[in-house]
Amino acid sequence: MALLEIEGLRARVEGKEILKGVDLRVEAGAVHAVMGPNGSGKSTLAHVIAGRPGYEVTDGSITFDGRDLLSLGADERARAGVFLAFQYPVEIPGVTNTTFLRHALNAQRAERGEPTLDPIEFVRMLRDKMRSLGVTEELLKRPVNVGFSGGEKKRNEILQMAVLEPRLAVLDETDSGLDIDALKVVADGVNALRSPARGMLLITHYQRVLSYVVPDHVHVFAGGVIVASGDKDLARELEEKGYADFAAADAA
Amino acid sequence: METEPKTANELALGDTAYKYGFVTDIESELAPKGLDEDTVRFISAKKDEPDWMLEWRLRAYRHWTTMREPTWQKVNYPPIDYQDAYYYAAPKTKERLNSLDEVDPELLATYEKLGIPLREQEMLAGVAVDAVFDSVSVATTYKGKLEAMGVIFSPISEAVREHPELVRKYLGSVVPYSDNFFATLNAAVFSDGTFAYVPKGVRCPMELSTYFRINATQTGQFERTLIIAEEGSYVSYLEGCTAPMRDENQLHAAVVELVALDDAEIKYSTVQNWYPGDADGRGGIYNFVTKRGACRGRNSKILWTQVETGSAITWKYPSCILQGDGSVGEFYSVAITNNRQQADTGTKMIHIGRNTSSRIISKGISAGHADNTYRGLVRIQPKAEGARNYTRCDSLLIGDACGAHTVPYIETRNASAKVEHEATTSKISEDQLFYCLQRGLPEEEAVSLIVNGFCKEVLQTLPMEFAVEAQKLVGISLEGSVG
Ligand SMILES: Nc1ncnc2c1ncn2[C@@H]1O[C@H](COP(=O)(O)OP(=O)(O)OP(=O)(O)O)[C@@H](O)[C@H]1O
Ligand SMILES: [Mg+2]
Repeated sequence: MALLEIEGLRARVEGKEILKGVDLRVEAGAVHAVMGPNGSGKSTLAHVIAGRPGYEVTDGSITFDGRDLLSLGADERARAGVFLAFQYPVEIPGVTNTTFLRHALNAQRAERGEPTLDPIEFVRMLRDKMRSLGVTEELLKRPVNVGFSGGEKKRNEILQMAVLEPRLAVLDETDSGLDIDALKVVADGVNALRSPARGMLLITHYQRVLSYVVPDHVHVFAGGVIVASGDKDLARELEEKGYADFAAADAA
Repeated sequence: METEPKTANELALGDTAYKYGFVTDIESELAPKGLDEDTVRFISAKKDEPDWMLEWRLRAYRHWTTMREPTWQKVNYPPIDYQDAYYYAAPKTKERLNSLDEVDPELLATYEKLGIPLREQEMLAGVAVDAVFDSVSVATTYKGKLEAMGVIFSPISEAVREHPELVRKYLGSVVPYSDNFFATLNAAVFSDGTFAYVPKGVRCPMELSTYFRINATQTGQFERTLIIAEEGSYVSYLEGCTAPMRDENQLHAAVVELVALDDAEIKYSTVQNWYPGDADGRGGIYNFVTKRGACRGRNSKILWTQVETGSAITWKYPSCILQGDGSVGEFYSVAITNNRQQADTGTKMIHIGRNTSSRIISKGISAGHADNTYRGLVRIQPKAEGARNYTRCDSLLIGDACGAHTVPYIETRNASAKVEHEATTSKISEDQLFYCLQRGLPEEEAVSLIVNGFCKEVLQTLPMEFAVEAQKLVGISLEGSVG
């Protein structure tokens, strides 16, 4: 059984059906890229996987590691190992990045029956991870995402992923808005976390990131469904031709 | 004027019989129900007070009978029957328990969440403890140290007897007995409280009352506190306790007076966690308190920090009278109301001297059906050349059924004054909550973290050892507010 199995998933937001029967399997160890036009429902899929309140699943199932994911709350899913790097990371005034991440990690450790880390142990662990991602000490002391530049926010998401070491990482346009150096840093961060035990879902608009993080599978998402799947060459094909060829499915 | 309302007892027995009864009653631990001059005399006699103290109480009592309970505050409560209450009861010795196993599990769960050490849990819950570790002996050690520095720190009843010259000079000098309905009531019947005096040039070496945490839980219904900081001295006083406090008395009308002389600084921190009533608003303490500090000397400073999470109704305005030139007043407040709680709180900064400055940071959090009002006055008197004030009031709402209100009064009578006021109202956003949940934080922890972030600026003014507990308290007071 694959790490993540999505079958016939339909979901509504504000009474409007956005996901119209999604089928997707992500095996442990694999990186899947999802590409598709604006407004096609990619972020919606990511949010439904993560369990964001307000999304109504009307049909289908999501199984994670053999468990019925839809029966779990958002925080339970996170503690079970589902991580979402947000397309638009959220600001939390007054809570330092370090404190936030320590609380998050300790909540997850507690779930696994591991001892909580005190602030000193935590910072020691954090130092190694932040260096490789070019996150500065100063950034860690600042309130979560408050006043961060777009690129800093994205790096910060990857840092969180590196600390939380999820089983499944869904990265929603983490490559958008990054300069070329930052893109490499983020891609290195993602590659460093590729492992046989971990699955990744990479939502992106650009072929560019896929030459750094080479995917095992590429899916084209349009009109709330996956309309085509293939290997990394599909991404290149998309870059050349655009989504027009897949628009037929969109109209459905 | 002598309009003595009659107690039920009096009416039943007739004055003579009652007064006769009073004589025998002096041995008892409970004053007769109701309030009249005899009640005041009874309390004064119980405390073995000098005549001047009794006279002062009586003046207050007589004045009180001419006053009316105020109604302008934005809180609602059924009328209080002042004759249907006891005004003096010897402090009840708590029932001694043999171990924590006998303590209410709900209470223990809260201690646990607050991270209160086991030994203190035992003391707070009234479990008999090993004499060696008894708080009294710890307290005595500190007391010796303070005495050597000339610091007086004692129950106010003791100070009335042992330092009458100081008490007489300062008692009522900041909050006169005629000040307001509840302060006047307090002046007539105050049971006990704290007195602190820090002599010239002395920097008090410890947070007063941190080691009194246990004793502090036995505060009475009409507490009175007087703190005097002489020239160039410094003292930090901490009132209250993060552990939940239950009390039979519904009305708490305390008075706190602070006096800071030239170059002196007083830091007064409060953590108030009285019983707030149940989720439907039954029971709970009415906390109607008058707190005022006089920055009498040049360059003196008074800093109030309050974390108000308990009580059914909180109604208080810790204030600073900035009399001395260059004096500074600061007020940092977190007020949390949940369920049916109501709070109307803020401060008054009265600028009298030149180049006086004040700073107000207020964080109000409401959840459930609660109401939370910031009410603050900044007054710049004509002679307060160069006065400045900065005020920021932030309100945070959790859910749709609660309310937050900001009522600033600004009176400027000197053109050179600079007064700044900022106010914001926000909600915990679904985005913030989901972001936290997605990282694995359970909902209550997420709310606690977000709210603590919101209050950070205030919480960090608390003494270190208390700040951590206060942070946890913030989370606990909001339990059940989301979802
Ligand atoms: N909370 C919401 N209320 C109303 N409509 C919504 C809501 N969330 C998403 N939608 C709608 O659902 C559709 C899919 O949005 P989604 O964000 O999933 O697209 P996307 O594929 O991620 O687009 P992009 O590439 O621009 O990020 C859009 O039409 C969007 O307006
Ligand atoms: Mg999107």
